[in-house]
Amino acid sequence: MELNAISIGFVVFTIFTLGGAIGVVTTRNLFQGTIWLMVSLFGVAGYFILLSAPFLAAVQILVYIGAIAILITFAVMLTRSIARIKERYIRLLPSFIGSLALFLILLLGVTVPIFGAHAPDSIPDYVASTRDLGAALVDENGYVVPFLLASVLLTAAMIGAIFIARDETA
Amino acid sequence: MVPLWMFLAVAAALFSIGVFGVLARRNAVAILMSVELMLNAVNINLVAFWRYSETGTDLLLNGYVFTAFVLIVAAAEAAVGLAIIITVYRNRRSVIPEEARALKG
Repeated sequence: MELNAISIGFVVFTIFTLGGAIGVVTTRNLFQGTIWLMVSLFGVAGYFILLSAPFLAAVQILVYIGAIAILITFAVMLTRSIARIKERYIRLLPSFIGSLALFLILLLGVTVPIFGAHAPDSIPDYVASTRDLGAALVDENGYVVPFLLASVLLTAAMIGAIFIARDETA
Repeated sequence: MVPLWMFLAVAAALFSIGVFGVLARRNAVAILMSVELMLNAVNINLVAFWRYSETGTDLLLNGYVFTAFVLIVAAAEAAVGLAIIITVYRNRRSVIPEEARALKG
């Protein structure tokens, strides 16, 4: 891997993504955990830029960092019971060993071509743009049915969230 | 250009960290945050495979569109999951999943 802007960006975004993720699962204060989650999601948005999907990077920052992380922050503030939880972890050692084993198996699977040939190291020159994505989303031969189903799902989730979180005594 | 397996290795590490958080953390909000990490790892995989796949002449947008739908489902999941956590907290004064066993037979 030669040293250029893309490889430097890859290393930086790897530090952001994995460092933030480790912060999420190890921090005691959940509010700081939310900040770490934002750092990690920002790193993932950087990967989307490197993979020439700028629309997904923008959506990642808008939806994840802008909406989901703020929602989690509200949930952390509304459920303050940190004093009651004495220990952060249960089943710490089995969970650590299990996830480490899972990581090693996955790493073996992506680096050693057991199940097939290696992916090509060269990438296609032409890549679909955001304009192609927008055309495909409303194309009847494309993805118009899942697009409509996604809007129904979002409406159902919004109504369901309001209904579940409603205070029935008020 | 960065080879494909490095993206996949980072996604595997992110997924494993998320699995560890889901299995080991006690707080339900922390478990939900770990689930978000796992979803992001899957998204990295989808976009990386989409970018590195040979398209030929016609455009393939499957990975791109699939990632967008995973984002939508993640938003819905976070909204409903946090609403459930807040309701359980209001009724039980607890965010520990093991203590919410009203439905246990």
